[in-house]
Amino acid sequence: MARVNVTVDGVRYADEVEPRLLLVQYLRERLGKVGTVIGCDTSNCGACTVSLNGRSVKSCSVLAVQADGGTVLTVEGLANPDGSLHPVQQAFHDKHALQCGFCTPGMIMAACDLLAENPNPSEDEVREGIEGNLCRCTGYQNIIAAVQAAGRAMSGAGESEQSPGHASANGSPAPRESRTEVPA
Amino acid sequence: MTAVTDRPAAEIGQPRRRKEDRHLITGATNWTDNLTLPGMLHLAILRSPMAHARISSIDVGPARERPGVIAAFSGQDFADSQGNIPCAWPVTPDMVNPGHPSLAVDTVNHVGEAVAVVVGRDRASAQDALEAIEVEYEQLPVVLDMEAAVADGAPLVHEHAGTNRSYTWAFESGAAGTGEPIEQALAGAEVTVRRRFVQQRLIPSFMEPRSTVVQPVGDGFTMWSATQVPHILRTMLALTLGVGEHQVRVIAPDVGGGFGGKLQVTPEEVICVLVARRLGKPVKFTETRSESLMSAHHGRDQLQDITITARRDGTVTGLDVHLYADMGAYLRLVSPGVPVLGAFMFNAIYKFPAYRFVCEGVFTNKTPTDAYRGAGRPEATFAIERIMDELAHELGMDPLELRRKNWIRHEEFPFTTVAGLTYDSGNYEAATDRALELIGWDELKREQAERRRRNDPVQLGLGISTFTEMCGLAPSRVLGSLSYGAGGWENAAIRVLATGKVEVVTGASAHGQGHETAWSQIVADQLGVPFSDVEVIHGDTQSSPKGLDTYGSRSLVVGGIAVVKAAEKVVAKARRIAAHMLEANEDDLEFADGKFSVRGVPGEGKTIQEVAFAAFVAHDLPDGVEPSLDADATYDPENFSFPHGTHLCAIEVDTETGFATIRRYVCVDDIGHVINPLIVEGQVHGGLAQGIAQALYEEAIYDDDGNLTTGTFVDYLLPSAADLPHFVTDRTTSPSTTNPLGVKGVGEAGTIASTPAVVNAVVDALRPFGVDDVRMPCTPERIWRALQGSQESGRAPGGTVAYGGASTSTSDGSSGSEGDQL
Repeated sequence: MARVNVTVDGVRYADEVEPRLLLVQYLRERLGKVGTVIGCDTSNCGACTVSLNGRSVKSCSVLAVQADGGTVLTVEGLANPDGSLHPVQQAFHDKHALQCGFCTPGMIMAACDLLAENPNPSEDEVREGIEGNLCRCTGYQNIIAAVQAAGRAMSGAGESEQSPGHASANGSPAPRESRTEVPA
Repeated sequence: MTAVTDRPAAEIGQPRRRKEDRHLITGATNWTDNLTLPGMLHLAILRSPMAHARISSIDVGPARERPGVIAAFSGQDFADSQGNIPCAWPVTPDMVNPGHPSLAVDTVNHVGEAVAVVVGRDRASAQDALEAIEVEYEQLPVVLDMEAAVADGAPLVHEHAGTNRSYTWAFESGAAGTGEPIEQALAGAEVTVRRRFVQQRLIPSFMEPRSTVVQPVGDGFTMWSATQVPHILRTMLALTLGVGEHQVRVIAPDVGGGFGGKLQVTPEEVICVLVARRLGKPVKFTETRSESLMSAHHGRDQLQDITITARRDGTVTGLDVHLYADMGAYLRLVSPGVPVLGAFMFNAIYKFPAYRFVCEGVFTNKTPTDAYRGAGRPEATFAIERIMDELAHELGMDPLELRRKNWIRHEEFPFTTVAGLTYDSGNYEAATDRALELIGWDELKREQAERRRRNDPVQLGLGISTFTEMCGLAPSRVLGSLSYGAGGWENAAIRVLATGKVEVVTGASAHGQGHETAWSQIVADQLGVPFSDVEVIHGDTQSSPKGLDTYGSRSLVVGGIAVVKAAEKVVAKARRIAAHMLEANEDDLEFADGKFSVRGVPGEGKTIQEVAFAAFVAHDLPDGVEPSLDADATYDPENFSFPHGTHLCAIEVDTETGFATIRRYVCVDDIGHVINPLIVEGQVHGGLAQGIAQALYEEAIYDDDGNLTTGTFVDYLLPSAADLPHFVTDRTTSPSTTNPLGVKGVGEAGTIASTPAVVNAVVDALRPFGVDDVRMPCTPERIWRALQGSQESGRAPGGTVAYGGASTSTSDGSSGSEGDQL
């Protein structure tokens, strides 16, 4: 057994764990942090993505002991203490960026990391940026819109409201390029 | 009857943000695998590494010795109690069903079949102990190819069955009286085009792996499961295991997608019940992704031999369809019925005078197939939309003109097809015109011509799919005529509580579709209550006891209408009470915006909340009226609904690398009236992604020994955001005439329509090189080989990488090329 000291969503934990225990198993089975989920066994799907020391990691690819001394943020710790949503969470809701919601915790955490690096990503940059997270429901389009909207909200720019991707919303097709407007 | 209005009412038509979202975006979720019960034990399943073998011996004893292991069982331990996984769709009276034990007893018939189960104090202990189980297998010949399977003398998947052919299901318009005899059309044809298309095997790949928890309760049990069908599961488990249905409760908590893949009674669910009851302890089983890919049912997998006949002017005269449909090793819940559903859709939107459909269900040593998004209809739509392009090419006609010439015109609705269905409404002209406009068709055509002229290494292909589908499964009498084992109705109950808040109980069990939001919108309009005052209850056979669940784009067009019917009953009862309260005649009351008032006396009136309170206290109700304001309704649709649309794809194909990149994708869908455009949009996007994935990315591949070589997400290529284009979508509106909301289903439309649009575009790009088919998925390697094949052979058009070759009888009569063995 190995010792792990870790802060998860603002709470400090000290545990004895088997060295082989994955971070995602530690979160789910030992800490009850079941908001983070497991979608595959080959690190492809990204459903288990969390933030470790400020960078997104697939928690199925990190051992719990590797998080020793570190700080983990999961989707459960993202909203504000008063219950108000993080801008990325809010944007996922506003843009209908989830259906079944299983990929959503990982997708939101990956999006947070992407926006920390690039607060104003183009559509293509979002597509590349969340490539490691699979979604089977949405076809990604509304997720991309949500990530861009969250970026605008977090950088203080206003949100120009339009129905995501729907041509009739403005009477003309929404070509890829036009959806990457730069905030003021 | 609620009138269909042109103007959407207050809530219907609004892009309401979903009620479902909050707990999903904050991680406060209720997935089955999140559930822990006191004393709960964990299961791990040993799966067959052999595609076909006799189990000579099995010893689970050594596993029992491992630390943390409570018990271990083989199929022998449950041989007398496990029954067979049920098949509810015996499509023909003589269909061969070999039986499907949940835990293999003496033979295994596909890789991944459950052979033994270990029960541990935690999951790791159970999984670690699997390696201690000793199994000896005696290898049997492996049957993988469907045509080889039905050849004389072929080795058998199930020796006791005596055949690899499960059934042959046939329809012929002359015999059915729905059209002319097909033989006449074939004999008299001016032009005949034949093709073989391959519907590759796909894996539904819901994101949440399947998980089941079972707790024994008295003589029965409670099951939590990641299922689309808690109600069907309850009935089927009771029948399979001999437990009273009233002692079985099934709960579908948060369910992470299904796409048909969770429309099943799975061996794993049955094993959980068997073990929990044997030990008297709650148990949990959660599959790994690799287990999921090899043991959860697959979809598609057909060989389609299609013959289309036409006059020289392009008028189609006949369609002859022969299918081999791979059932895999066993028949599961609706395996045999899936390809048969396609029987009604091959003729699609076109006016064929003659039609024949023959489907042979075949056993192979592969994972069983069953419903996957579209279930029979994507396969049909692909074949007809592909062969319409091939016919157009043969005739030298524009593919769009060929379609226009043959489709049902707007003024011809309702239209009874050669397959015997009556399409309620549609406007193919309007959807097509809008799609052409949105994509900039003429400009793309010019660019294509220019690229062809200058031999640009990157060619542009333009693909069309003008599809329809049948959705809203289903009128019970139709299901009865197809020998399906259940009806197609749906149930809803509405309770207006003492405080005026509303509970809606639905039998449609959602797993991402947004029923809570959409049903709230419907009820808000029907009862004139605020959207936020409506709570939707679903997914637990105890709280929503009646229902037939969610699949086949049925929830809104069947379940949603049940909600309307229940609301109408609530309003009718409220009207009686309100008339009593207002001392007025019922007939003089009008009900608008949640308030009953006497016609011509504005201002006075009683709100539905006031009526609900009066019904609750019951101090002064009219004679014969029972306290409480509630009602339930069961709705059985009179017909399917028939969404349609036009999907257009512009694809760039690099002829040097074979790489295909979608440049523009436009779809204009007509699904009648829309309850929530945001949800509809999401359904279309997701459907497109899955349909495009079939065209370009996904395929479940078995090696010669029957091993699934695409058994992880490393090898089974689910598209990421970087692999998909931006979709441009729009709608036209032809309200359904068969239900009071004028709605049609949308859950499967995108998947059904998009695959042929993409493949038609790929083939269109390669047409100048003599290529007339590329087998799905159209990978760079397949495209590149198609190009090499056509260039190296120097043959006239007809060269193809279609499975088993292809032929065009008006050319030299030779059948295309050698089969593609990729």
